[in-house]
Amino acid sequence: MVVTWRDRRLIEALADGLPLAARPYAELGRMAGMDEDEVIERIQAMIAKGIITRFGVIVRHHELGYRANAMVVWDIPDDDVARVGEAMADFPFVTLCYRRVRRPPLWPYNLFCMIHGRERETVLEQVEQVARGCGLENARRDILFSLRRFKQRGAIYRRDWPALELAAGTGG
Amino acid sequence: MDDLGRRLLDEFQRGFPLTLRPYADVAARLGVDEDTVLDALRALKDMGALTRVGAVFRPGSVGVSTLAALAVPEEHLEQVAALVSAHPEVNHNYQRDHRFNVWFVATATDRESLKAVIEDIEAETGLDVLCLPMLESFCLDLGFGLQWS
Repeated sequence: MVVTWRDRRLIEALADGLPLAARPYAELGRMAGMDEDEVIERIQAMIAKGIITRFGVIVRHHELGYRANAMVVWDIPDDDVARVGEAMADFPFVTLCYRRVRRPPLWPYNLFCMIHGRERETVLEQVEQVARGCGLENARRDILFSLRRFKQRGAIYRRDWPALELAAGTGG
Repeated sequence: MDDLGRRLLDEFQRGFPLTLRPYADVAARLGVDEDTVLDALRALKDMGALTRVGAVFRPGSVGVSTLAALAVPEEHLEQVAALVSAHPEVNHNYQRDHRFNVWFVATATDRESLKAVIEDIEAETGLDVLCLPMLESFCLDLGFGLQWS
């Protein structure tokens, strides 16, 4: 799965989202130094290759009343984590589910899932449902509710761009 | 939130039109005109319900990223959070109710750049960063079914 250097320029231009203007792909093209058709073709190609998993509106859960945002972390035996991760991802309210590196003794957990809900109690009940459904009643786990969002935006990747291209790209 | 705002947030999380006038195409599907859609999206952005119209990338397909955490003494929380957020490589940064209370995602083009960002944050804050890179993803981000009740 190859992301070309021109793709990266486009991805950088997209970090703050599609401009809210009549010809947004033309504007993205101006930022990335390519024409409107190339912008559209590159986005289509990245979707087709699975590099972009979705393209559309990205909502802020909190402002829509989803104030209970829980990151649930589990300590699952390494030889069972694939089975459990797949079972967990099947719950409709689980929005993300990842296996991550553990860092014992500070951090024993290797499986992470996200649950967004309107009420803390509902989310806690959903965590119990996941535990029962995946046979994890006795697994060590922790629930980290978010208290505040300091920052949320698209990722940018421009640190390694040659200076010349940077100057020609976004103009800063 | 009016009906148009709800439909914009609900029905366009995936498959946003890749056409010369995408907002006009969205408008046609909703039976309104292009300017109405643009105004509604600006209003959703102003109220904070919309982050952006944009792309979600498959983890690990573009650049290198990691989830990371800091255990910050309460009295330094604001200051440390601001230091972390100031890095352009940090795209998400949240406070959570745990001893590790600052959680952020950092993304860079390659491993060395990512390591440099983490080391900068450690130097600036005087704290050890707990880096928890992803090893495997069990679900793709396919959007979020909103319930308006």
